[in-house]
Amino acid sequence: MDFIRLVPLLPLLPGIGAALNGLFGVRFFGKRVAGLVACTTMALALALSLAAFWQLLQLPAEGRERLVTVATWIPATALQMAGRIGTFQVDWAFRLDPLSAMMSLVVTGVGFLIHVYSIGYMADEPRGAYARYFSYLNLFCFFMLTLVLGSNFLVMFVGWEGVGLCSYLLIGYWYEKKSASDAGKKAFIVNRIGDWGFLLGLFLVYFTFGTLDFREVANRIGASFPIESAQFGVLSLISLLLFIGATGKSAQIPLYVWLPDAMEGPTPVSALIHAATMVTAGVYMVGRNAVLFSHAPMTMEIVMIVGALTALMAATIGLVQYDIKRVLAYSTVSQLGYMFLAMGVGAYAAGAFHLMTHAFFKALLFLCSGAVIHAMAGEQDMRRMGGLKQHLPVTYVTMLVGTLAIAGIPPLAGFFSKDEILLRTFLANKAIWGLAVVTALMTAFYMFRLMSLTFFGQYRGPAWEHSAAPAVHEAAVHGSLHPSDPFAHGQAARDDHEVGHGPADAVQTVTGGHGHGPWHGPHEAPRVMTVPLMVLAAGAIVAGFVGVPPALRGGNAIERFLEPSFTAHQVVAAGAGATVQAAEAGLAEAGEGSQGVAEAGEGGHMSAGGELGLMVLSVLVGVLGIWIAYRFYVRRPEIAEHLKVRWATAHRILSNKYYVDEFYGATAVAGTIASANGLWTIDRTVVDGAVNGSGWLTIFISWMSHLIDKYIVDGLVNLVGSILEESSFVFRRLQTGLVQNYALLMLLGVFAFVSVYLFVRR
Amino acid sequence: MVITPTHYLVLSAALFVIGIIGVMTRRNIIVIFMSIELILNAVNINLIAFSSQLQNAVGQVFAIFVVCVAAAEAAVGLGIILAFYRNKETINIDEMNLMRW
Repeated sequence: MDFIRLVPLLPLLPGIGAALNGLFGVRFFGKRVAGLVACTTMALALALSLAAFWQLLQLPAEGRERLVTVATWIPATALQMAGRIGTFQVDWAFRLDPLSAMMSLVVTGVGFLIHVYSIGYMADEPRGAYARYFSYLNLFCFFMLTLVLGSNFLVMFVGWEGVGLCSYLLIGYWYEKKSASDAGKKAFIVNRIGDWGFLLGLFLVYFTFGTLDFREVANRIGASFPIESAQFGVLSLISLLLFIGATGKSAQIPLYVWLPDAMEGPTPVSALIHAATMVTAGVYMVGRNAVLFSHAPMTMEIVMIVGALTALMAATIGLVQYDIKRVLAYSTVSQLGYMFLAMGVGAYAAGAFHLMTHAFFKALLFLCSGAVIHAMAGEQDMRRMGGLKQHLPVTYVTMLVGTLAIAGIPPLAGFFSKDEILLRTFLANKAIWGLAVVTALMTAFYMFRLMSLTFFGQYRGPAWEHSAAPAVHEAAVHGSLHPSDPFAHGQAARDDHEVGHGPADAVQTVTGGHGHGPWHGPHEAPRVMTVPLMVLAAGAIVAGFVGVPPALRGGNAIERFLEPSFTAHQVVAAGAGATVQAAEAGLAEAGEGSQGVAEAGEGGHMSAGGELGLMVLSVLVGVLGIWIAYRFYVRRPEIAEHLKVRWATAHRILSNKYYVDEFYGATAVAGTIASANGLWTIDRTVVDGAVNGSGWLTIFISWMSHLIDKYIVDGLVNLVGSILEESSFVFRRLQTGLVQNYALLMLLGVFAFVSVYLFVRR
Repeated sequence: MVITPTHYLVLSAALFVIGIIGVMTRRNIIVIFMSIELILNAVNINLIAFSSQLQNAVGQVFAIFVVCVAAAEAAVGLGIILAFYRNKETINIDEMNLMRW
């Protein structure tokens, strides 16, 4: 069976699940059925994408690209493009090639696990909301798969907008909570700013190339566009506009502000959408247009710098956050920066590889944090955790795996992908490489800080009702909550939570009704949640082995597998060329061109020894970060406090996230509101004034016309009438109604006429 | 004495004038009707007189025609009077002024 032909089913399956749950589930399905529908459709999609992937692997390396057209969307229409009238046609077409196959595996695989996990995590939701949640989650997968499998910009744009919508819906899932609905709106609006760039880029793509198909665009660039290294040409403009779209979707400077706020959504949503899949859409899109970006070195430079700066900035903010999910959110922004850094130095395969490994370990980390939050009945502040190692053994081990993976400790997944990026960055730009290494150090540090605060040390959270608990234990728990604990104090002041206040309150405020009776202390999550954790942990361990670099006697299979997706194809270009000779002349050039791109991307080679040295360095950096965190937060917590006091200004700036939100609030938001107010005033006075003025004028004219009608036209008519009335006054006296009068008159008349007859005729 | 057409004409004119005066002066509508009959019969006398004078039967036929019309007219008129009487309980002509302006 040819599973590749069934690729359009891949987005459709979760789409069906979303429709079932959305149309019927909210009213009629029980929780069990709703969860089952969602998970079944995702499992089927996962099976299908595995089968399709397997069949793709059977094909020869250069032919691993299949286009499946479902239907014509926009039939061929004449439309102006650069210099001539082109034909605008868009099909509902899906393309399975190495890149999209890998992405769909990630989306369906991670997505399926998160669906399963959600069954446990959302178990306390009311029935209708539960079905609504799964409907949104499935809908997200539908759009995400449309995004990665779409064969042209417009189908991708459908997915692109759709995932933005689902992101909005899921962030604001607990919509009764003001902060959650605000965060949803923020995410949506910031994404729309990025979409503006993406859409302009899309228009310019059609205007320049006359098509929206990714493959054709790449081939045309390869065949007839030089690399714009000297001037900022049309390719640079297109790629820059597309990159603006990517900064919105993938949370890069300057549009990253929505992602940390997006943590208001349920934790599985953060894992699926705001860590593993949707936010990588921008990276995927840049990789998908690798040929275009390769031809625009200036944009590449911008991508590289933005990526590096985002990575560094987000990592520094992550150093001081206390909300467990916010740390992970900034970590995600930082890792996305890494991916863009890879894209910016031309290491598309390395970026995509990091995207994949990151999907595993970041989904894992988020789900683990979800398990922790679940265990703490909604508490997210790490200062009120600690010592959870004994209570949550499975979560502890799996989270440790994820943390080691993100810190880049071999042989876990993050090591290989991060190292590949660092190597390629080192070859391209030493200064940026320095930033990336510092970021790696910080990553290791803040992730172990998270581990230390959460799992190690003393328990600092609220007390729980211990049925038949010995008084001694109770006292011990309260002892750990003593006000001498500096964290508990600050927390109480900040969140209005009384220390030792019943956890039911925290439940109400933090998760909006995630309670189940009295809380019995931190407890391990049910199996439906821990099994996905274990599977993801296994993935975080082994996912890296597909990309072992040659320096470690590996084949770097993933790079070789993905490489065809990032180059222009000459064969197809020849078929499309009008004049064979010209096409062939172009071909030779294109071949050299893409060769040149590859060379430029490599930017020189390095000895295996040098590569090994860099690897050792990055491992050392990771270990150093872990050691510092361990020292600060486990061995001697007073050092961290001391540093916090000593660097108070820096700490305040970082805690407030560089005041970027405040800056945007003061400039963009306030500016928008002020200009809207101004426009409203103009609308009220000028536009409404004109409308009202013309209304008044009409009323006045009609009033005048009314007067003329009343006194002149009607006057004439009435005059005729009254003249007749007055003159008839005399004659109507004759009409007495008495028959004899009439008869007398008749008689007189006859007399008169007869007299005339008798006398005058004579 | 020989009866000449002049006698007939005089008799007819006298009857006609009596009829006219009756129509004009009487208040009782029945009497007015009878006066109208007088007028018609005055005409009939004329018709018959000239028919016999001129030895032409057309006049007599016409007279019979007038008698028929008079009978029909009397029937309709009496019907109207009855209807009127039921409404107004009077047949005084002065009360019949419904056709005023």
